[in-house]
Amino acid sequence: MTRIITFLCFLISFASYSQQVEVVKFDKLESLLKAEKEKVTVINFWATWCAPCIKEMPYFEEIRSEYDVDVVLVSLDFIEKLDKVKAFAEKKNLKSRVLLLDDVDYNSWIDKVEPRWSGAIPATLILDNRSKERVFIGQETSKEELVKSLNKFINP
Amino acid sequence: MKTLVLSLGLLTVFSFSPVMNGYEVGDEARDFNLKNVDGKNISLKKNSGENGAIVIFTCNTCPYSVLYEDRIIALQEKYEEKGFPVIAIQPNDSKKSPGDSFEKMQQRAEEKGFNFPYVIDETQEITTTYGATNTPHVYLLNKKEDKFYVAYIGAIDNNSRNASKVTEKYLENAVDALLKGEKVQNTKTKAIGCTIKFK
Repeated sequence: MTRIITFLCFLISFASYSQQVEVVKFDKLESLLKAEKEKVTVINFWATWCAPCIKEMPYFEEIRSEYDVDVVLVSLDFIEKLDKVKAFAEKKNLKSRVLLLDDVDYNSWIDKVEPRWSGAIPATLILDNRSKERVFIGQETSKEELVKSLNKFINP
Repeated sequence: MKTLVLSLGLLTVFSFSPVMNGYEVGDEARDFNLKNVDGKNISLKKNSGENGAIVIFTCNTCPYSVLYEDRIIALQEKYEEKGFPVIAIQPNDSKKSPGDSFEKMQQRAEEKGFNFPYVIDETQEITTTYGATNTPHVYLLNKKEDKFYVAYIGAIDNNSRNASKVTEKYLENAVDALLKGEKVQNTKTKAIGCTIKFK
């Protein structure tokens, strides 16, 4: 019985996962950037008010289902907009992991993400921590560009 | 070999991004002549102060730019008389960002009572030459014998969200250092901003 309940809880948590937004400080993101994982990680920096970010977001959702990759959508909305970010994630039925990075001391961490990053969003980082290879896209991207970048890692 | 293939691959990927050159700290900055919201042209040579100018690439539509409007007004109040007036340049293509059209700039300047010139870089030549990538993006220019040298590039301070929680005024520290004839300690900073919309 306990096992069934546990299983049901697991199912429920899994089903509601798409609507969760984790609020994190930079240390959490940094551990994600450094994590030794079997999968390639695609990290996209966005905000609800950023039109080009919203435009390219479907491509990230698509590659998430088409490739064996972890996609993390890092919102740079201010913390007081958390409800807006949650509502957005729900409305778009986002399946990717969504974080809200609540750390406005930008100069302290931008270079730690990527020295080539000017700080403009959207920005995307594709990481393979096994091979230590990374691709940085410091501007709006396209599905084609994402696929091309991913193929460097996935079908070498 | 594998590394070579991968490196070539990465090069291909990077080549999709436009090459972002632009000024580094210490470079000589070129003059410009751009249309202000009052219809008159503003040039760096004519409208700079005795000591230089604070050039800020900013716009109407970026939330970070909007959050800094009052602070930019305060900067002009504080530093114009000290020989470092503010010149704000709107870099976005108004076709891609209609909220940044010349008419909308005029409206915003009127509404907020901008006390500094707010000029449009229609050809985006100055924006690309300076190397501005996001809004707001500051270039502090130090004048020496009628030439302008970049003394600081980056953010205004370390808290765009809340002016009262700023703990480091990067730009003011840089201007104050120049006024005292000292070396600028922190010459380059970064901040999250909106991508400049190029044609």
